[in-house]
Amino acid sequence: MFLSIVHRATGIALYVGTLLLAWWLIAAASGPTAYGHVHDFIASFIGRLIVFGYTWALLHHLFSGIRHLVWDLGYGFKANERETMTWGALVAGISATVLLWIIAYMIGGGR
Amino acid sequence: MVEFALPKNSKITGGKVWPRPAGATEAREFKIYRWNPDDGKNPSIDTYYVDTHDCGPMVLDGLIWIKNHIDPTLTFRRSCREGVCGSCAMNIDGQNTLACTKSMHDVKDGAVKVNPLPHQPVVKDLVPDLTNFYAQYASIEPWLKTTTPTPQREWRQSHEDREKLDGLYECILCACCSTSCPSYWWNSQRYLGPAALLQATRWVNDSRDESTGERLDNLEDPFRLYRCHTIMNCAKACPKGLNPAEAIAELKLKMVERQV
Repeated sequence: MFLSIVHRATGIALYVGTLLLAWWLIAAASGPTAYGHVHDFIASFIGRLIVFGYTWALLHHLFSGIRHLVWDLGYGFKANERETMTWGALVAGISATVLLWIIAYMIGGGR
Repeated sequence: MVEFALPKNSKITGGKVWPRPAGATEAREFKIYRWNPDDGKNPSIDTYYVDTHDCGPMVLDGLIWIKNHIDPTLTFRRSCREGVCGSCAMNIDGQNTLACTKSMHDVKDGAVKVNPLPHQPVVKDLVPDLTNFYAQYASIEPWLKTTTPTPQREWRQSHEDREKLDGLYECILCACCSTSCPSYWWNSQRYLGPAALLQATRWVNDSRDESTGERLDNLEDPFRLYRCHTIMNCAKACPKGLNPAEAIAELKLKMVERQV
């Protein structure tokens, strides 16, 4: 039940993240001043934390969604399969998020 | 609708601590939900001590020991005492299960906490009102429905077709699964719940039944079937080791298959 709640919570968080994405795109289209404001916010500590959270919400929801897809196809219902997929989605989501951020910083995304 | 808090008159307040049995060398603590419809008070959690040397190993043995030796007013359902009838379903140590097949020694550390099945009206103490649950079972019409004339002898079924009912026919309708399901807690008026849906699958899968289409039509509803969000509490709770979530997924697949 716990990870079912997490799946829903990340789903709701994606709405907020999408607003953030829309704000960023609209600012990019409006011009350098508007974009500068968004950039300042996202580059701040709080901003980075929010974007990090958004990355995790997206990736967790993706992996958890794949798990639900497998269940909807009628597989993975045995107790061990169920637990492996459920905790696997959580671990995969966290690992992929951290990995993605490491790569992003390595290619110079943190400047 | 979603309810996170208990209504005012269901809030648990206080509770009596009953004395330890005299002369008991080893006593196990039981914390049991009590509510009496006649005294107008809120529910409480009473504490009892069971002499484990004078008592069987199961939680039900403990409850019967309390009723016989300490407090005859303690109310609960029980019948077969071997996991066949489903009467003594209750919430033990935070998990819905049968009191007769759950050993009190499997409850780790401290008190054995016993509550009635969650989110059902309580009749008294550990007895829930399952009227709605049984009505939902009746609504899936759990009997063989045929249109061809009744044969002179039995309705025949191959071994392979009979095997399709394994994991479904064993359900004892104890309500552990349905009352563990958040979707059922919040939509029990419209969502049939895992137990009734597992039974529906049992009749849909029966090779002798001739109203599969009607049965599926009856479930084609945003609430009756599709409030299942694969939360999986049902599969974790089932004291018979069945898998209602899988049975429901099978129904959902059949709904799609008949449209393509």
